[in-house]
Amino acid sequence: MSVKKRRLEELRRTIEEVTPEDAWGLHKQGAALIDVREPDEVAGGIAVGARHIVRGFLELKIEDAVPDTGTPLLIMCASGARSLFAAEDLRNLGYDDVKSIVGGFGRWKDDGLPVEVPRVLNAEQRERYGRHLSIPEIGEEGQIKLLDARVLLVGAGGLGSPSAYYLAAAGVGTLGIVDDDVVDRSNLQRQILHTDDRVGISKVASARQTLQALNPTIEVVGYEDRLDSKNVERIFEGWDVVVDGADNFPTRYLVNDASVKLGLPNVHGSVYRFEGQVTVFWPGRADHPGPCYRCLYPAPPPPELAPSCAEAGVLGVLPGVVGLLQAVEVVKLLVGIGDPLVGRLLQYDALRARFIELRLERDPTCEYCGDGAVFPGYIDYEQFCRVAA
Amino acid sequence: MANVTIRIPTPLRSFTGGADEIEVRGSTVEQALTALGEQHAGILDYVLDEAGGVRRFVNVYLGDRNIATLDGLGTSVEDSAVLSIVPAVAGGAE
Repeated sequence: MSVKKRRLEELRRTIEEVTPEDAWGLHKQGAALIDVREPDEVAGGIAVGARHIVRGFLELKIEDAVPDTGTPLLIMCASGARSLFAAEDLRNLGYDDVKSIVGGFGRWKDDGLPVEVPRVLNAEQRERYGRHLSIPEIGEEGQIKLLDARVLLVGAGGLGSPSAYYLAAAGVGTLGIVDDDVVDRSNLQRQILHTDDRVGISKVASARQTLQALNPTIEVVGYEDRLDSKNVERIFEGWDVVVDGADNFPTRYLVNDASVKLGLPNVHGSVYRFEGQVTVFWPGRADHPGPCYRCLYPAPPPPELAPSCAEAGVLGVLPGVVGLLQAVEVVKLLVGIGDPLVGRLLQYDALRARFIELRLERDPTCEYCGDGAVFPGYIDYEQFCRVAA
Repeated sequence: MANVTIRIPTPLRSFTGGADEIEVRGSTVEQALTALGEQHAGILDYVLDEAGGVRRFVNVYLGDRNIATLDGLGTSVEDSAVLSIVPAVAGGAE
């Protein structure tokens, strides 16, 4: 008898084995189903409800998947041999109730138990997003959420440049960019998506070129339009998150109103000289809804009270900081981790190197997102000054 | 009367000679703002409307709370309180 066979027989005397059918029953009662096969084996199918943890990382990752060592574990491999070794290791690790599934996934399938073909990353994606995959909070599941996500950026300028750049790098599968402008040399002090040799060409085209050079696997959808009351809802439909990097009040109010109407989170950033602000407006959030832009500022300032155009200006690095804080919020929202900046305004004072947090509260009487509010329609405010940034 | 610090937003610093914080004395938010207006003529036109209320495109915070969610301009202030004037800012992309 080979040493392998002898060892497996020993294991069978100490590790309890269950049939796939019994395992399915136990799983429905709360036992955790763990598939320890290799990624290429799992790509062909996996038991419904099973967590895939490759055998080599089992001891290192099991605690993230099943934190309570009292939870019964059902271990599955292809035929029921590797699962015996794995089960013993998990028992040694401190899990009290570990069983091995006889016949493994092969018999599970033959017995007609439920199977699904999992979404898995391909080899190139594994390589590209490896540093995300090593973070338990993101991992393969989170990366797939990013790949499936659609994020609309309003403005490919000071704020939109860093946001879009890092969201493309992070693998957000579809990026929409709304900008009707062309690249000007004075943009290049901060708008890092564009280059000197693209002065005069559309920002959308320039952005697409830069983003796809960084990550050719994502899709960039361009809108060379200026948002107005007629096109905003058509452009906003079908996105998961909106990133507001606009430079003027009429656009900011349209972004707000369409996001409120469609229930989209609106990741808002603004900059002025050495100061920046970031928050997430999301009255449509299912739990703990936050305010919208109009809860804070029901209407834009009249021209005579808006900061004068001549005074405007911005430290070139500042929109980098603020745009990346926006990008971080987008990733958190898409993956569903952390505490989003809903109902909080983060103010960054670059000169003092200080962050201040202010509490933003919903206005229940807000005309757009208040209790029982009926959408009053879009407004084309007069464009009087394109401020800074 | 309490000693109060008022944080001045960048767009209004032309009224304060560039200062980003102004120290005033007052027992309520309104008194503190009035004292600010006495020190720096013209600044309150951007914060308060003709009827004396806070303008719709400006918020005033006491600590991290919007005074609109407290007792408005009548909110009382303690010694070393910090008021922040936060107007809507459009800047971003261009």
